[in-house]
Amino acid sequence: MKLDSVGKRFANGYAALEDFSLDLAPGQFTSLIGPSGCGKSTVLNLMAGLSRPTSGQVSWGAGGKPDIGFVFQEPTLMPWATVAQNVALPQTLTGRPAAIEEQLAKVGLSAFATCYPRQLSGGMKMRASIARALASQPALLLLDEPFGALDEITRFDLIDQLLALWLGHSFSALFVTHSITESVFMSQRVVVMGGKPGRVLADIAIDEPYPRLPAFRAEARYAAWCGQVLDALRGAA
Amino acid sequence: MSKLWRILLPAIVGVLALSAWEISVRLLEVPLFVLPPPSAIAVSLAQDLPSLAESLVFTLQITLGAFLLASAAGISLAILFAHSRLAERALMPYAVVIQVTPVVAIAPLVIIWTGLDNAWAALFILATLVAFFPVLSSSLLGFRSVDRGLRNLFRLYGATPWQVFWRLELPSALPHMLAGMKVAGGLALIGAIVAEFVAGSGTATGLAWRIVESGNRLNMPRMFAALLLLSATGILIHVLLSAVEYLLLRHWHESKVRSE
Repeated sequence: MKLDSVGKRFANGYAALEDFSLDLAPGQFTSLIGPSGCGKSTVLNLMAGLSRPTSGQVSWGAGGKPDIGFVFQEPTLMPWATVAQNVALPQTLTGRPAAIEEQLAKVGLSAFATCYPRQLSGGMKMRASIARALASQPALLLLDEPFGALDEITRFDLIDQLLALWLGHSFSALFVTHSITESVFMSQRVVVMGGKPGRVLADIAIDEPYPRLPAFRAEARYAAWCGQVLDALRGAA
Repeated sequence: MSKLWRILLPAIVGVLALSAWEISVRLLEVPLFVLPPPSAIAVSLAQDLPSLAESLVFTLQITLGAFLLASAAGISLAILFAHSRLAERALMPYAVVIQVTPVVAIAPLVIIWTGLDNAWAALFILATLVAFFPVLSSSLLGFRSVDRGLRNLFRLYGATPWQVFWRLELPSALPHMLAGMKVAGGLALIGAIVAEFVAGSGTATGLAWRIVESGNRLNMPRMFAALLLLSATGILIHVLLSAVEYLLLRHWHESKVRSE
């Protein structure tokens, strides 16, 4: 799946992306990092088909457009539906059979199936949102700064869970973030973006084995990777 | 405040006020046709209840019919406007005209159109016009407040327009819709009464006409009795609609959830 020298210009004339190319290998965990307003979210929306490029094209592999899961910045749950109904939404809309209990168990929400979103903490809402995105067994999971609003303890916890889910399944992940440490810790590849209009500044392969344990954060190599991403970002400024 | 106290306190205030009213009217020997004591009103209410109840049923029928039609029309138009800017541009100004034109002013016109023999139809139309706008504007706000992220999510999974409406737009708009309908319930009653004041003639037999008639005959106890029935009806409508609102929103809407 790839974006081929894509441009996106909004109706007000603002050029969010220009000649932007990104090629995702199947099963890869990729992070997209850049300053705010650099067009990261636009890339995700193009990938998801929620908006169309004004130039260039989005092309998919042999199988055509795959199932896509999307985790937004906000949990974006339906407040009038229970957690189970929220997680089942993709199946409800597409009419496919659902294995909701299994999905809830994966994110540790089995006990909360009949709760309403307002009864959950911020981290639990985000876990429900991730469970929903994975419920349709997508080939590609898009995440748009999903952990930005969470406290650090919850964030580390969710990062570990998300990595475990990714290791257990074979989906590709495109993770948009503005946290250097998050991007390095999770990804096989960090794509650094610069803004106005959005373009790729650096493409860094994080050559580290999985599973990545919390101890990895304390290692010198981890700091070196972070430094490398930071340098690339500075180049953007 | 304890639950008992919350019920008791207004009750005590009511009893005290009624006692003060009764005593001062008797001590000052206020004539019955200026201000009757509560006891006289109670007697009148008991005596005239059969005929007053008949008028109440008439007014209730007008109110209920107007409320239902106003709700249906308001919600339908809100759905239309939410999906078509063109329709909103074309029709909204006229909805506003209906809202801002005093019902008292157009009542004589509507009466002429329906004919004096069909005064009930005039009341029905006028009460509907009064009640309709809050449903439209609240529901429209509701349909416009659908979460953008959820909309994108529905698009991502290729939801049909019907699925978007039924599973996303309708539940999102429901709290606003119910708030508008709660206002409309009270307004339908007010509309039915005000219209009857203006349209009232020999053929209209609602509570408003009983009030006018009692006033003309200086039968103040019966006038107050009719007023009492009217307030009770208004309260009942409000309580019923609040109960419906609570039942529909209690699980998920912040306004109906008790703090834990």
